Amino acid sequence: MVMVPKIKLNVDGKIVEVNKGKTILQAASSIGIRIPTLCHDPRLEPFAACRVCMVEIERGKTTALITSCNTEATDGMVIRTDSEKVLKTRKMVLELILSDHPRDCMTCEKCGSCTLQDLAYAYGVRESRFFEEPDGGVVEDSNPVIQQDTSKCILCGRCVRICDEVQQDYAIDFKNRGFDTETGTPFDKQRRETTCVLCGQCVSTCPVGSLVEKQAVGKGREWEFKQVKTTCAYCGVGCTMYLNVKGNRVVKVTSKVGSIPNDGNLCVKGRFGYDFIHHPDRLKHPLIKKNGKFEEATWDEALSLVASKLGGIKTKYGHDNIGVFSSSRCTNEDNYLAMKFARATIGTNNVDQCART
Amino acid sequence: MSFGSGSMTNSIGEIKDCKLIFLIGGNPTEAHPIVGLEMKKALRKGCTFIVADPRRIWFAQHAKLYLPVKPGTDNWLLNAIAHVIIAEGLENKEFIKTRTEGFEELKAFVKDITPEKASEFTGIPAEDIRQAARLYAKSEKSALFYTLGITEHTCGTDNVRTIANLALLTGHIGKPSTGVNPIRGQNNVQGATDMGCLPDRMHGYQYLSDAAVVEKFEKAWGVKLTKTPGATSPTMFERMNKGKFKALYVIGEDPVMSEPNQEYTIRGLKNLEFLVVQDIFMSETAKYADVILPATSFAEKDGTFTNTERRVQRVRKAISPIGNTKPDWQIICELSTRMGYKMDYPSPKEVWDEIASLAPMFAGINYARIESNGIQWPCLDTKHPGTKFLHEGKFTRGLGKFFVLPYRAPAESPDKEYPLLLSTGRTLYHYNAGTMTRRSAGIIHKTNECFVEVNEEDAKELGIFDGEMVRVATRRGEITAHAEVSEKVKKGVIWIPMHFVEAAVNKLTKDAYDNITQTAEYKVCGAKIEKLN
Ligand code: SF4
Ligand code: SF4
Ligand code: SF4
Ligand code: FES
Repeated sequence: MVMVPKIKLNVDGKIVEVNKGKTILQAASSIGIRIPTLCHDPRLEPFAACRVCMVEIERGKTTALITSCNTEATDGMVIRTDSEKVLKTRKMVLELILSDHPRDCMTCEKCGSCTLQDLAYAYGVRESRFFEEPDGGVVEDSNPVIQQDTSKCILCGRCVRICDEVQQDYAIDFKNRGFDTETGTPFDKQRRETTCVLCGQCVSTCPVGSLVEKQAVGKGREWEFKQVKTTCAYCGVGCTMYLNVKGNRVVKVTSKVGSIPNDGNLCVKGRFGYDFIHHPDRLKHPLIKKNGKFEEATWDEALSLVASKLGGIKTKYGHDNIGVFSSSRCTNEDNYLAMKFARATIGTNNVDQCART
Repeated sequence: MSFGSGSMTNSIGEIKDCKLIFLIGGNPTEAHPIVGLEMKKALRKGCTFIVADPRRIWFAQHAKLYLPVKPGTDNWLLNAIAHVIIAEGLENKEFIKTRTEGFEELKAFVKDITPEKASEFTGIPAEDIRQAARLYAKSEKSALFYTLGITEHTCGTDNVRTIANLALLTGHIGKPSTGVNPIRGQNNVQGATDMGCLPDRMHGYQYLSDAAVVEKFEKAWGVKLTKTPGATSPTMFERMNKGKFKALYVIGEDPVMSEPNQEYTIRGLKNLEFLVVQDIFMSETAKYADVILPATSFAEKDGTFTNTERRVQRVRKAISPIGNTKPDWQIICELSTRMGYKMDYPSPKEVWDEIASLAPMFAGINYARIESNGIQWPCLDTKHPGTKFLHEGKFTRGLGKFFVLPYRAPAESPDKEYPLLLSTGRTLYHYNAGTMTRRSAGIIHKTNECFVEVNEEDAKELGIFDGEMVRVATRRGEITAHAEVSEKVKKGVIWIPMHFVEAAVNKLTKDAYDNITQTAEYKVCGAKIEKLN
């Protein structure tokens, strides 16, 4: 093991010891001091665009304001995260961001989980002295899963960067200049005509309501959802994800940075492939074939028929004439019981999965 | 096996720190996207990639060395790499001496398998094979990754062992970010195998051939067990086709779509006296059932899945069962009880506790411990942290074993009548037979039609244009699909995804199997394509 040298710094009067190479933001968070951020996502390289993570650093007799998300902590640093200067400037920064942001939290999909809304609330920013009616709006795109509203974009670049750095699909970028700047696909192309793979990673990282899950629009507020942590049912990677449930419906799938093994990343199947759960084609009743046609049956009818048929075949031909196929889509518990059923109930070792892939 | 177990030796979290990744017969960006992302992280950090695949996949485009290997000839490539490693003295002598057996035999065998000779079969320049051997052997952290491109052959097990030879020669195993990693396809194929859904073993890799195992289970379950191994799925289909198999209980599988040679599969199912299918949708297989039992989806039940890095993770019930459905575990319990063998568990948690109590490798795992994060088996007791990478210091089977495995031709190769080599696989947007993904709006937006990838030159010769509908035929059947003409596939090879009912590729594939695992040869058969009119 290579030993990483340690350094010590002072954050809000507390001494923190961290490995060399950590940022001030990381050092502070390691002792539970939370510095607000907007353009920061631990999965991405620091970008230092939003400036809300500003902190005050002692430089000899004077102090300076620096962004904590991209500044490396060094030995002996003295940092204040909550000085008056910091708070005043941060408020000003928020006002600037809000100068080009619509004030329609009441209908915004992100309301309740929007970082900008939370910060405006925390810092009491109600009006912006610089306000100009934001332009842009919901982008026309035929894809059914990702919705972008450019009027809400705060240009933090997280979507662009996650698509470049993590996905390496390079599907979206910054466009235009000044107040008109926005992010999106090149030449306003439809997503399906670009290299976009509809993974929704950009949606997952957007701190505001500019990128949202289209299928969930209007289906529920953040605080109405029950978030159930589970494991993706598609491929062998087994990503950790959250089913967002309202009533008895899965409304959307979200993920959290730091989860194992996927660190908040999901692919198109995990994030958007959940609509099969409520699909009208789902089998809803036991079915028994009579004269070549399936007819609805009760569980009691279906199970007693299966029990008597399997029992009869076992008596007539022997247990070696019965087999069980179990599934790599089912849980371990399902599979264990299927194999126990074959071996203990039927008495055969004819148990297998098909196409063991 | 070469090491004594057949799962990923490293963890997903170790991928980003690999110094060299040798990817063979696998396309992670499409089949295992998040593993793909971890590999992309490694790439950004300067990891060297060697990619052997008949298709110019994403990582092939970003690799230091791309080896466009002809499907079915991986054996030549791998043995020739072993040849170069030994011929150039790049092997890890200390490791070979202390931790392996069978080196001399391998050395003698690969002596004649020169890169030049391998080049004739694989179509890869000899110099590139040498280069691959040097890069792989010399890197400080080399990891091999493979998937179905390696295993879905009649020589699948041979291929896996030939890959393992390379790790044993160089000692690239049993260390962080260094090892041999099969990436499992479906979400819980690792778990289904771990749970003993195989004819010769109980869960936790406890074999019926071991009298102590049989005794333990007879006592715990209170029944007499049949000791002779049962029939594998191919054998069951064979017996069905001969009318010598009477009943089948299919839980969550769709063999009509997933087994090779569809016509043969259907004939077998029709011959049964009784077929029960338990599923969430009316699958192609369910159509032949006498009784269909409606199960719940993963969102409606509790339990665990085991991912490709051996991590046992929780599945949690988010909504109550839709319609009059029941979770699989509950259906099985009720059926069993009706048949006179009582299965009575209040919830999956108690089922897991029984699993853990009867298999040492899971003994330390319980629901409380995996509440926030899963644990990787083996986990021997409740103090054990689980196992990040396997084979540190010692192999499961003791010494690592070199296997001498000469090339075996695929069961069916292209010929005059069927001159193209058909290979099959998965795409990013769909999953297996597509029963779930094809009911998802976002996914069908990207792709909802079957396609066949054709090499530019072949297309030119056949007069086929990009996007045109074509007929693809083999000795077993035919389908239509639109042609995707590009240089992505190697000349002489065509490739079709497996997800589309209306163009089921398994109407075309051959029912030939690996001699040990009985995995079907989905990756090679002879085919032809024609214009529709
Ligand atoms: S969905 Fe994925 S690929 Fe498409 S723009 Fe967003 S991050 Fe990029
Ligand atoms: S769309 Fe969202 S993530 Fe992208 S730059 Fe705008 S605010 Fe940031
Ligand atoms: S989200 Fe994608 S990569 Fe992750 S387990 Fe699901 S299908 Fe696999
Ligand atoms: S979070 Fe540091 S500048 Fe945006």
